[in-house]
Amino acid sequence: MDFVVEGRKAFAYTAAHALDAKQPTLVFVHGAGLDHSVFGLQSRYFGYHGWNVLALDLPGHGRSAGPPVASVGGMADWIFSVLDSLKVAKASLVGHSMGSLISVECAARRPARVERIALLAVGYPMKVNEAFLDAARRNDPAAYDMETIWGHAAQVPLGGDPSPGMWMYGDALARLRRLAPGVLYSDLKACNDYRFEGNVSCPALFVLGKRDVMTPPRTAAELQGRIPNAKSVLLAPSGHAPMAEAPDATLDALIAFFRA
Amino acid sequence: MAGPKYPGFDTLALHAGQSPDPTTGSRAVPIYQTTSYVFRDTEHAASLFNMERAGHVYSRISNPTVAVLEERIAALEGGVGAIATASGQAALHLAVATLMGAGSHIVSSGSLYGGSHNLLGYTLRRFGIEVTFINPRDPSDWKKAVRENTRLFFGETLGNPGIDVLNIPAIAEIAHAAKVPLLVDATFTTPFLMRPFELGADLLYHSATKFLGGHGVAIGGVLVDSGRFDWEASGKFETLTAPYAGFHNMDFEEESGTRAFLLRARREGLRDFGACMAPMTAFQILQGVETLHLRMPRHVENTRKVVAFLSSHSSVEKVLYPELQSHPDHELCRKLLPNGAGAVFSFDIKGGRAAGKAFIESLRVFSHLANVGDAKSLVIHPATTTHYRMSDADLKKSGIGPGTIRLSVGLEDAQDLIDDLERALKAASRG
Repeated sequence: MDFVVEGRKAFAYTAAHALDAKQPTLVFVHGAGLDHSVFGLQSRYFGYHGWNVLALDLPGHGRSAGPPVASVGGMADWIFSVLDSLKVAKASLVGHSMGSLISVECAARRPARVERIALLAVGYPMKVNEAFLDAARRNDPAAYDMETIWGHAAQVPLGGDPSPGMWMYGDALARLRRLAPGVLYSDLKACNDYRFEGNVSCPALFVLGKRDVMTPPRTAAELQGRIPNAKSVLLAPSGHAPMAEAPDATLDALIAFFRA
Repeated sequence: MAGPKYPGFDTLALHAGQSPDPTTGSRAVPIYQTTSYVFRDTEHAASLFNMERAGHVYSRISNPTVAVLEERIAALEGGVGAIATASGQAALHLAVATLMGAGSHIVSSGSLYGGSHNLLGYTLRRFGIEVTFINPRDPSDWKKAVRENTRLFFGETLGNPGIDVLNIPAIAEIAHAAKVPLLVDATFTTPFLMRPFELGADLLYHSATKFLGGHGVAIGGVLVDSGRFDWEASGKFETLTAPYAGFHNMDFEEESGTRAFLLRARREGLRDFGACMAPMTAFQILQGVETLHLRMPRHVENTRKVVAFLSSHSSVEKVLYPELQSHPDHELCRKLLPNGAGAVFSFDIKGGRAAGKAFIESLRVFSHLANVGDAKSLVIHPATTTHYRMSDADLKKSGIGPGTIRLSVGLEDAQDLIDDLERALKAASRG
C-alpha cells in the first residue's frame, strides 16, 4: 500500500488486505539496510489471521522515498506519523535489529499508543563494529558482505534454507545492492548512537538467536533488565535473521505472544 | 581488520543447501522419494498453502532433495535462489512463461542450441510471442531490435555452433537501458568458468544434463535468478507487479522484490506447467556438482591439448575455439573466461560431408551421439545428423560447413583422445 507521510511517498505491505478499524494493528519494522520483505512469512500470517498488518519500508528503503531518517528517535516519530496518516490510534510492533530499537523507542515515547512490542535479534547498546561502520561510510560493498555474513548464523551458507530453493546469502546481498548510497551507513550510525533513556511498560517479547554474532543473546541483557514486563524466547538454530533462519519458530513465538 | 569471508566455490559445491539430515544423521543428501508431505494439523496445512510458513506441500512445487540442488546452484552462481526443472528446455520455457504472454517480444542471439531455436523461433510464435534473432557479436544489432513490447534479451554464454563468447557486460547494459532483463544459457561455461551475474546478467539457466551432472545419466535444468532486476521500476512486467488472481491476488514484487520472479515461477510455473525435476534426478545431478570444480579444469586442459593437435593438422581446415587467436572473440574470451573457454568446440575437416562421415565412423574413443558435457568424449557431424536435411548453402547460413565436426572433450587420457582423432583423420583423408 502506497501512502504519503510527512510529504513523502511511503509503502507498507498489508498482505493484500485493506485496513479494518475493527481489527488490531501490527506494525513490522525492519532492520538496517533491509525492507518489509524480511518479514514475508510472518507478516503474511498475521494479515490473514485477523490483524491489520503494516510491514513498513522505512524512508529510503524498499519502496519508501528517501532520504533515510538519521536517528532511532526520528524513525520512532516517523512511525507515529504513519499511524496518524492511516488513522490508527494504537498498534503493536514487531521490530528486527534496528527495528527493535525503534519499537522500544516508540513504546517509551508514546506508551498510550503502543500495546505490545516484539523485539527480534536485539542487543543494547547496539555498538557497530568499527570496520563495518567505516566500510558503510565509504559505500564500500564490503559492508554488504559484512552485513550478509555476520547477519546470519555461521552454518547458513552451507545449510539448507527453510524456504525451498532459496539461498539466504544471495537474497540478503541482492536486497542490500538495491540500497541508495549512504542508507546503510545512516542506519548503522543510528544504531550505534542510540541511547535508551525512557521506560517501557507494555508487554515485550525478546526473540533471540543463539548463534547470533551481531547481537549475541547476552547483549540483550541490559534491555531485558530495564523492561519489567518482558518474556524471552531463545531460538537454538538461528543467527541474526530469525525470520529467515527459523521462520516457523519465530512465527510460533509471535503467535503465542500476540494471542496471549 | 580483515573482513568476514564467504565459503569458497569448492566448499559450496560440496555442502551448500544441505545440513546433515536431522532425522537420520545422513551425510549424503537423502532422496526424498515422495509425492507429498503430511501436515501437522489443518492450520499448518492452510499456512503452507498460503505461504505463511516455509515447507513442502507437493513435489511438483518443491521437494527436499530437489531443494538442495536448487540452493546449491544458486550459491555457486551467486543468485537469490533457483528452480530445478525437468530439462534445460523446461527452464527456458519457465523463464519466458513467467515474464510474458501473448503480444510480447524477445531479442535473441541467433547463435543458439537447436532446441532453443525451435522453441523461440517456431513454438513460442504459436503462443503469440515473437522473437527477433540477431548477430550476437554486434551490440548495435541488439539495440536496433528492441521494440516497445520487448520483454527479454537472451543468449548463450558460449553460442552454438561457433562458440561465440557473449559480451554480457555490453549486452546487459543495452538490455537494462531498454528496461528488460538479460537471460543467459550458461550450460557450456558452468559457474566454475563464468559467473554471469557478476558480469551483468539478470537470469540464467543450465541444462544440468551436461557438465553439472557430467555423467550423462539424467536430464534436468536449473533456472537461477540474480534478484537484481527491479521489476517494479521497469514497469513492463505485469506478471510480477500486478495482483495475480490465480494466487490470492498476490503482487509478487510487493511480496518480495528480490524473490518475485522465483515466487511466480514456482507458484504458477511449476504448479500449472508442471515441468518439475524428480528427486532421484536431483540426487544424480548433485553427485556431479560435488566434483564440478575438479572436472572442469581437466575438461579445459584436455580440450586445449586436443585443440592444439587439430590446429596443426593438415587435414583440418579450421578450428573454432575462443582461446585461439584466430577466433573472432579471442580478446573477449581472455577477459570473460580467464579459466578456460569450456570443452565444446567445432572444427572443419577437409573433404566435406564424405570426409566428415568417414571421420566419425573411424573414431573409437569418442562416442557419436547428440549430447555434450559428458565425462566421456563425444562427437557429432551436424551435416549428416542434426542438420542433414539442409543444403550446403543453408548450412553455411547457420555457420555450419559440410565438414564441420563438433566435439565435446571429456576426461579421458588426452593422448588417447589425440590418437583416436589422428587415426580418424587419416581414415577420412583416404576417403
